Formats: sequence, structure tokens, C-alpha cells
Amino acid sequence: MPEQLIFSIEVFLNGLMAGVLYSLVALGFVLIYKASGIFNYAQGVMALFAAMTLVGIMDGQVPFSHLINATFGTDVHHFGWQLPALLSILLTAGVMVLLAWAVHHFVMRHLVGQEPIILFMATIGLAYFLEGFADLMWGSEIKTLDVGLPQGLNETIDEVTYNIFGYGFFIDNLDIVATVIAALLVVALVLFSQYTKHGRAMRAVADDHQAALSVGINLDFIWVMVWSVAGFVALVAGIIWGAKSGVQFSLSLIALKALPVLMLGGFTSIPGAIVGGLIIGVGEKLFEFWVGPLVGGATENWFAYVLALIFLVFRPQGLFGEKIIERV
Amino acid sequence: MFYREAGDFKTSYQEDSQTFPIKFDRYGFYVALAVAFLIIPLVINDYLANALLLPFLIYAIAAIGLNILTGYAGQVSLGTGGFMAVGAYAVYKLMTAFPEVSMFVHVLLAGGITAAVGVLFGLPSLRIKGFYLAVATLAAQFFLVWVFNRVPWFYNYSASGQISAPERDVMGIIITGPNAPAWAAYLFCLIFLTACALVARNLTRGSVGRTWMAIRDMDIAAEIIGVDPLKAKLTAFAVSSFFIGISGALFFALYLGAVEVGEAFGIQKSFLVLFMVIIGGLGSIFGSFAGAAFLVLLPVVLKVFGADWLGWPTDIVAHLQLVIVGALITMFLILEPHGLAQLWRVAKEKLRLWPFPY
Repeated sequence: MPEQLIFSIEVFLNGLMAGVLYSLVALGFVLIYKASGIFNYAQGVMALFAAMTLVGIMDGQVPFSHLINATFGTDVHHFGWQLPALLSILLTAGVMVLLAWAVHHFVMRHLVGQEPIILFMATIGLAYFLEGFADLMWGSEIKTLDVGLPQGLNETIDEVTYNIFGYGFFIDNLDIVATVIAALLVVALVLFSQYTKHGRAMRAVADDHQAALSVGINLDFIWVMVWSVAGFVALVAGIIWGAKSGVQFSLSLIALKALPVLMLGGFTSIPGAIVGGLIIGVGEKLFEFWVGPLVGGATENWFAYVLALIFLVFRPQGLFGEKIIERV
Repeated sequence: MFYREAGDFKTSYQEDSQTFPIKFDRYGFYVALAVAFLIIPLVINDYLANALLLPFLIYAIAAIGLNILTGYAGQVSLGTGGFMAVGAYAVYKLMTAFPEVSMFVHVLLAGGITAAVGVLFGLPSLRIKGFYLAVATLAAQFFLVWVFNRVPWFYNYSASGQISAPERDVMGIIITGPNAPAWAAYLFCLIFLTACALVARNLTRGSVGRTWMAIRDMDIAAEIIGVDPLKAKLTAFAVSSFFIGISGALFFALYLGAVEVGEAFGIQKSFLVLFMVIIGGLGSIFGSFAGAAFLVLLPVVLKVFGADWLGWPTDIVAHLQLVIVGALITMFLILEPHGLAQLWRVAKEKLRLWPFPY
């Protein structure tokens, strides 16, 4: 087998893994969009916020310590404890629920019935707010997040592929774990939305707000719930991305990467988010591998957007999206 | 009482269709122009110019440009940073290739080039609508920045990959480079801003502007009554990109002097200009000024207040600024979706009736 082809297969596999992570972020978008028609730009910053909160709780950081120290001239930094990962994750999930409630109560509730683009811009404002807030709360330095996920070269795959192709593939253990977690998350979400009372209520709200109201579904509760679920998805994404590349500002930029994923897959489709993520992940890695060296590299910065743009011109609703029907 | 429309009689069509039909507005405009052109250049210093006035003038041009596209034609764009970069690199190539030609020509040409690029990236808007389009314009943003980073021809093969403005003059007065006097750079930008604002104001009052607004309000209905969406959308993209290109050119040549494209024209710039338009007021030229002034002033005020008075470290102030800007955006969208311009309209209404409101 020619060497280039083998490399391509490796790149392809790595692209799939990266795609899973994009899908994970995109999933959070789809959930909120389906239930409330809000395109939540802040999803990426929510992942950042979740990861920072998790690190902060685990290390026992004092929230707003910089601000407190600067105002009162004190010198507090840490409570001096080290919490186990699982407990911290649960606590962070609690924080995300609080955040969901706050977002709904202070922002989204007042914007019901506005145009989608206004809602979108409101979430951009929210993203800015949350980013500054997270930095104020936990400090802006790059943090390492270690919740005990396995990392490094997967030796089994390396060995097996070496025996077959005479070249060992480099696949990160973390990516495999991420894939498994993402798959579990999707299954859990599907089960939740298909077979539980609240899941059904959520789908009813997604179909028609007023009809859902009229059969006695509490809209406020559903929306807080949806934002919480999106918060959990953000937490999972934040944990995995944080473990991969450290908790830092660039984490919130994955939100921008998730946008083309959504446009490819369609805003309203959970399978679309997964497939779109995989296409983008594989596409940008392969493009960088084959075409990147010819044009100077770093094509990953724009490939996803241009692909989505070209794709949209031919199919404006994405791969799995509902057909857009316009009425006057 | 202070703001009166009554008693202002028009005796010719020309008077009736002038840019500011109300006497009070017109005189206000003349006074603002006189202050801006005659008084400020006398009192200007380097700090004032670099911290407040130049960024205000330049962002105001960009905000007017984006407002035409987003506020008047209803096409949300997140590619402003990329288009500003086109203007900056165009003016850089022109300045270095034709040193003897006047800077006025260069800046205008840079605007024209940006308009062409804008039309190119505006083509998908015929198929893609709403925030699908907003995301599609991200393609412009990232692709353009990447191109300017990777193609050495654009930065004249300089080792650092940066571009820096050489010294150029207009009628013997140096306006770019480190030796340019503050008042010259200020006046140069002011001339462009005034021209852009007048052009924008009159375009949006005229038939072109009306087709834009028709497309914004309901594109299908507009099409049925005979508005050509192709023409309306592409002219909006062209005019908007022209202004944004001018502002990008000025931003590089007169304000920063040296530019690293990812830093100066990144996605943050797109959001900043979008925020100016939202806070100022969508679909209002005055709003573009107000929004630009607000978001240029805010960091300076916060810095003076937080860092100098309270003695906070600058990074906290920077984070606080994010929090405040974010909160303001959402607050404006909730409380006053039409922005500062609407507040001004309400104030005018109150002034008109004061002191006898009934």
C-alpha cells in the first residue's frame, strides 16, 4: 500500500475524532435551537465557563479572588482543599443549572417573540458577559484540567496497524474516550427526549410554543431545563477539550467552529450535528493534509466555513434540516 | 420649545428635499461641522487623537458601512474585520506601488477594491438568509485573514509578515507614519467621515435606500412589488464594503501604522463594529456615530476609573469591560432594541413639547 494512502487513513481517523468533538459542541446548539428557536452563540463560552468552574472547584480556588484582593487589599487565593473529580463535576453541573436559570430569568424571558436575529445577537452579548465573568471569577491564566481521563498514544491500535500496514497509527486515547462519551451522550439525549415526560414536553415546546402552553406545559420550566441540558453538554465538551488542550480562551472559539457544522447538518437535527461534525472534522484534516502544503498551511482556519458556505448555496437547509418554507 | 418643526416653511422643492429639512437639525449639523473642522484641530494633542478621536472617526465610518448592510438592508454580516483587512492591505499595496499618487486616491481605491470583494462574498446572500448568512460571512472573515497571512505578495515579502505604513503626504503635509502631526491625520479622517456620512444619509433617503429597507422588512413582498433583490442586496454589500474598506485603510495607515492582520482585523473587530451598530441603533446614521463614540469611550472611561482611580490591575479592568459590554448589549436588546438613536428621538420628542406637554 502506498505510504501517502496509509497516512491519509491515519489523518482520516484523527479527523473523525476531531469531528466528534465538534459534534459535541454542535449538539448543545441544536438542543437549544430546537426547543426555543434561539441560536445560542454562547455555547462555546459556556463550555469554557464550565471547564473553568470545574478546575476552580477542584482546586478550591476562591471565586473573584483577584477582584477581592484588589478592592480590599487582602491576599486570598485558595480555600486549601482538593476535591475529587466526580464531586466537582456534580457541583459544576449544579452551577450550570444556576446559570441556565439566570440566563432564562434575566435575559431570554424578556426576549420571547423577538426576531431570531435579535435573539442571536443577545446571545453574543451573553457570550461576552460570560467570558468576562468567568475570567473575573477564576482568573484568566491557562489552567490544566485533569479529571483522570486516559491520555497519550493508544498502544493496541499502534500495534495492530503496525502488523497490518507496517506503520503504526497514532491515535490518542483521549480521542477514543471522547468518542465513547459523545456516543453515550447522544444515546442518553435521545432516550431522554423520546421516553421521559420532560423530554416529550421539550419536543412539544419545540414543535409549537402556544400549543404546548395550552396543554399545560410549563414553558419557563422547560426552557430552564433545556438551557441546563445544554449546560451539561457544554460541561462535557469543556472537560474533553480542556483535558486535550488546557482550559483557556481558545476553548470558546470552538463555538465558531461548531457553526459550520450546524449549517452542514441542519440546525434542527441531532443526527445532523453528529454527521456534520464528522464531515467537517475529516474534511478539514484531509484538506490540510493534501492541499495545505501547496498553499501555505493553516487551512483549518477557514476550510469549514468555506465548505459550509458552498454547501449552503446549493442546499440552504443543510443535510438533515427541515425544508425552509417561506410565507408572505 | 427647544426643538421646533413649526414655522419652518419651504418655498422650493430643493429646500424641501435637502439633507436636513428641519432648521434645528440643519443648524446643529453646521455647528457640529464647524466645531469638528475648526476648533478641534486647534486643541488636539497626540493623546486625544490616538485614544479617542482617530478611533472614533474610523470606527464611525465602519459602523456606517455595517449599518447600511445590517440596519438598512437587513443582511447580518460578521465579516467586517475581514473587509477592513482588505481595505488596509489594498491601501498598503497602493501606497508602496504608487508613492507619488495622493492618499485621497489611494483610500478611495482601497474602498473600491473592498467593494468588489464585498460583492463577491455577498453573492451567497441571494440564497442564504438570516443568521445562516451571518455564519456564511464568517467564511469571508476567516478566509480573508488567512489569505493576508499566507500570501507574501500582500505584505511585500516583509520578514515579520506585518505591514507598516510608509510616510506619505497630502499637499506637503505628512499624514501617515510616526511623524505625522495629530491634527493632519484627524482632519484627513474627518473629511472621509463627513463625506461618507453625507453619502450614506442621502443614499438611505433615496430610492436605493428604500429598496434596501423593503428587502429588509420582507424580501418576498419586496420582490413582488418589483424590487430586484439581486440589485438591492449587491448594492448594499458594495456600498457597505466600500465604507468598511475606507475605514480599514484609515485604521491601518493613519491610526495603527503597523498591522498584524490576525490581531488587528480578527473576528473580535467584526463583533466590535456589530456592537456599535446595535448599541447605536440599527438603521440610523446618527446611531452609527453614537455607537462608535460609546464603544470607543467606554474602555477609556473604564481604564481611567478602574485602573487609575481604584488602582485595580489592568487585566481585571479588561475583564470587567467584557462583562459590561456584554451586559449592555443584552440590556439594549431587551430595553431599547433601536439603540441610542431611539433615545435621541425620544429626547427630541420631549424637547419639542417642553415645557407644555399637552
